[in-house]
Amino acid sequence: MSRIRSAIALALAALVAAPALAEEAAPAKQDWSFSGIFGTYDRAALHRGFQVYHDVCSACHSLSRVRYRDLQEIGFSEDEVKALAAEKKVTDGPNDQGQMFERPARPADAIVPPFSNEQLARLANNGALPPDLSLIVKARKGGPDYVNAILTGFVDAPPDAKIPDGMFYNAAFPGHAIAMPPPLADGVVTYADKTPATVPQMAHDVVTFLNWAAEPELEARKKMGLRVMIYLVLLTAMLYAVKRKVWSKLH
Amino acid sequence: MAAPTPPPENAIVRWIDSRLPIFGFVKHHLQDYPTPRNLNYLWNFGSIAGIMLVVMILTGVLLAMQYTAHVDLAFNSVERIMRDVNYGWLLRYLHMNGGSFFFAAVYLHLLRGMYYGSFKAPREILWWLGIIILLLMMATAFMGYVLPWGQMSYWAATVITNLLSAIPVVGNDIVTWLWGGFSVDNPTLNRFYALHYLLPFVIFAVVFVHLWALHTVKSNNPLGIEPKKQQDTIPFHPYYTVKDLFGFGMFFLVYLAVVFFAPNLLAEPDNYIPANSLVTPAHIVPEWYFLPYYAILRAVTINISIPFTGIVLIPAKLGGVIAMFGSILILFFLPWLDSSPIKSGRFRPIFKQLFVLFVVDCIVLGWVGANRPDEMLMMGPDMGIPYLMIGQVATLYYFGHFFVLLPLLARFEKPRPLPDSISAAASGQG
Repeated sequence: MSRIRSAIALALAALVAAPALAEEAAPAKQDWSFSGIFGTYDRAALHRGFQVYHDVCSACHSLSRVRYRDLQEIGFSEDEVKALAAEKKVTDGPNDQGQMFERPARPADAIVPPFSNEQLARLANNGALPPDLSLIVKARKGGPDYVNAILTGFVDAPPDAKIPDGMFYNAAFPGHAIAMPPPLADGVVTYADKTPATVPQMAHDVVTFLNWAAEPELEARKKMGLRVMIYLVLLTAMLYAVKRKVWSKLH
Repeated sequence: MAAPTPPPENAIVRWIDSRLPIFGFVKHHLQDYPTPRNLNYLWNFGSIAGIMLVVMILTGVLLAMQYTAHVDLAFNSVERIMRDVNYGWLLRYLHMNGGSFFFAAVYLHLLRGMYYGSFKAPREILWWLGIIILLLMMATAFMGYVLPWGQMSYWAATVITNLLSAIPVVGNDIVTWLWGGFSVDNPTLNRFYALHYLLPFVIFAVVFVHLWALHTVKSNNPLGIEPKKQQDTIPFHPYYTVKDLFGFGMFFLVYLAVVFFAPNLLAEPDNYIPANSLVTPAHIVPEWYFLPYYAILRAVTINISIPFTGIVLIPAKLGGVIAMFGSILILFFLPWLDSSPIKSGRFRPIFKQLFVLFVVDCIVLGWVGANRPDEMLMMGPDMGIPYLMIGQVATLYYFGHFFVLLPLLARFEKPRPLPDSISAAASGQG
């Protein structure tokens, strides 16, 4: 009996310890405004994060699942959204002359991608395809911590690192050779709210924004979840009381 | 059976019941059904699995109204559900996590049956129907996982359908026929969608037959002795209706906590990348509920051949496929492998401990299935065990449990004395 118990204990200990021993270093855990059951998006960080995307990331990365009007959900005014959309042109048509034509983007349009097709994107980026960022946070193990670690992971390569030409060393990227040049440098954007634009600050802000892009329902989900939990706890407690009452006749 | 129920008092009910005895049926099966008085909370998982089937069908039908089964549109239509459809995120997360919780409930239900001997005479057919439901669920879950057409959807479909190519002679033709082409593509997605919609209703029908068998042989109970006297049973309603409702509450607290606060806890991040036939994910893994089978599949690495001739009878790939399907099909023979006349593990001192080891073995298989077989479990800086080897030992133990340990136990184990009756045991405990 005791031998079996200790065998089970050993097996379970191995199970618990194994991932820690086997996995590569997990990205450093960050403190996100949207984590935890009460988490919501920090509006100021979302605005700064959008600015980082708009001024830096959007030169190469699309964000095609977000529409300009969605930005109203995070506090941009209707006029601001119209102005943002109008910066870009989209192809529409055909018109009643049978011709395609260009017009400024409207709030109902998806955020206009920097390249019209994959081949053009690869041509402009040394053969690499910058991924769409709409789901990037959900599509990577480690989520926001991982994306943050990539953005802040451009450190000096150790002497033994072999990085091919045209690639860059990144401490967080699997294999460490990444095609993306370091996108952020201190002061590359100027924040309207006077927050100092350091690399960690910009990374944190843009990851907050990208998490919103990937999970725009997060606040509604957690709010509803809280209500559902409170309701269910009360209901289940009452069902337990009824169960006790009904079964007490038997004992 | 109980005395014939007196005719209903209400005239309308009487009129209907004499033409279609629907009220009598409900009274007989949901109200008066004599149930052992000593069922513990492990008996809740049957009704929980039932309610999960209902949740899956309801959310699934609503999702189907918004989903598009086409390789160019499927991923986008799922994201449209998540972003633009009113409460679409709720429906999808309920459905996606519902699959996991449905399997969790069914696995607990199945393990409960194994521990308390619920598969033994006269409940063999009841048990078989349960395994058929499990097999149907596995097919349904696999095809459902393909529908979002993410990277893991596509590659899981490719890996799993390719298994059938291991069948001698006709394997490759069968795979081409399944795909509707020469790779997993639009015809595959379309037929998987059609079958994913169809099979839950087949499951629903088999569940009814499962309940029919149950109500014929009646429920087993933690003592594993059949009810003898009237004091041994209580009517299903109100005792078990209220207990099942309380069980739903507890189960939904966990299920909905995951849905609302960690909806992607059990999901693979790779499935949020649209399917790409040119990029193979570094690590193709199935959902957690398939991991033990995946470990068994990959554990078989040797060809079985005629000694000294080099003639391969069963190539390793086919061996793995046979072992994987065998790990479930073996359950059909459980009533004869575990032939001890004592049903409940409570009165079987050695079985009880081996059962715990069996559960641990299944968990180990699941954990091995989540890891790459060529990687090592490091026990120290230079010391490690390949996952493949752990998987092979665990696979051997899995089949050893059924083919060696259970038959031996049935013969040599000395059970503890059984109580006279359920009510006697209950009053003895106070």
